[in-house]
Amino acid sequence: MHAFANPARFLSLARPLTPWLLWLGALLSAYGFYAGLFLTPPDYLQGESVRIMYVHVPAAWLGMGGWTGLAVASLTQLVWRHPLAGVAARAIAAPGALFTAICLVTGSIWGSRTWGTWWQWDGRMTSMLVLLFLYFGYIALANAGDEKVGVSKATAIFGLIGAVNLPIINRSVVWWNSLHQGPSITLRGSTIAPEILWPLAFTTLGFTLMFAAIVLMRMRTVLATAKVEARLRRLAGA
Amino acid sequence: MKAKHQRLTLALLALAALIGAALLAASALRDEAAYFYSPADLQKNPVAAGKHIRLGGMVEDKSIKRLADGVTIDFVVEDGGAKTPVRFRGIPPDLFKENSGVVAEGAFDRSGVFVADTILAKHDERYMPPELTRKDGQVEHRTETLEQ
Repeated sequence: MHAFANPARFLSLARPLTPWLLWLGALLSAYGFYAGLFLTPPDYLQGESVRIMYVHVPAAWLGMGGWTGLAVASLTQLVWRHPLAGVAARAIAAPGALFTAICLVTGSIWGSRTWGTWWQWDGRMTSMLVLLFLYFGYIALANAGDEKVGVSKATAIFGLIGAVNLPIINRSVVWWNSLHQGPSITLRGSTIAPEILWPLAFTTLGFTLMFAAIVLMRMRTVLATAKVEARLRRLAGA
Repeated sequence: MKAKHQRLTLALLALAALIGAALLAASALRDEAAYFYSPADLQKNPVAAGKHIRLGGMVEDKSIKRLADGVTIDFVVEDGGAKTPVRFRGIPPDLFKENSGVVAEGAFDRSGVFVADTILAKHDERYMPPELTRKDGQVEHRTETLEQ
């Protein structure tokens, strides 16, 4: 990892990787959506509304996976002082918040069709909403400091503390009575029939690759902005 | 001990303490943060008539009865052996069915019937095509019921 402490070396890898991740992700997602809309059967109970799963599940995975990455980056910044860790955490926050919001909105639409309600304060929905607010708090904190490239120590500590919410989201449907059903995909297997499950693999992988591409783009933007500012400062001084 | 290792130990200790605190808080909340009471919970700790609560469980087989006025539904919620009779006036969600999960919001009247003002359908974590085998081994052909 320390090989990438040099931003130039990081950029030489990130620049060609970005379009590959983006287009491969878009292609996989597009095929996953097509398959989910036209190739899979409806659910025996929910009928056609089950198809919103192909957006909802990857969005939930990336909302939570985003904060996992943010927490790992925060730990890397605090312990190893890696110069790109803060940049990565800053870059993850906005798409993480976006996918969490997508998860909440699609979940709400899905709930209105199946449960008969747009919103209920059950454990899963509440803890997921808390995750969105944690992202907002992180973004505000990251922008409040003097650091324009990385993030402050306090922001990194907040990123680490926020990870406490992740096991709570995961266990919320097990610990407490909830309206949201229990986990379908666990280490023991899946309770989703294979005919319905398979496009989910495409959209989940596709969303994840696009997420990675967005993070790389944002990291490059942050580094480029810093470079421009440094150059302008040098010109102003000269 | 190098400074890097010191920071790592500190961060990991702080994280362990934090997760411990969160787990303690969550387990203390286990009963308080419950989204609904099951009939078995209510049998153990009865709730006073008129107090607004949520009741959740399975709709008992062959228990849904539509009353003559056309808008009132009587059914029984069961879970873990205990049963609670429920009365609801209004339009239930499409997924409200016998042998399926339900969450009802309302209060008990003086005769022990739970009068619901809202009904939400709760489905389980299984998803499958209409013509597939159910988990209990019975083959179900329900395609025609989905056409509506």
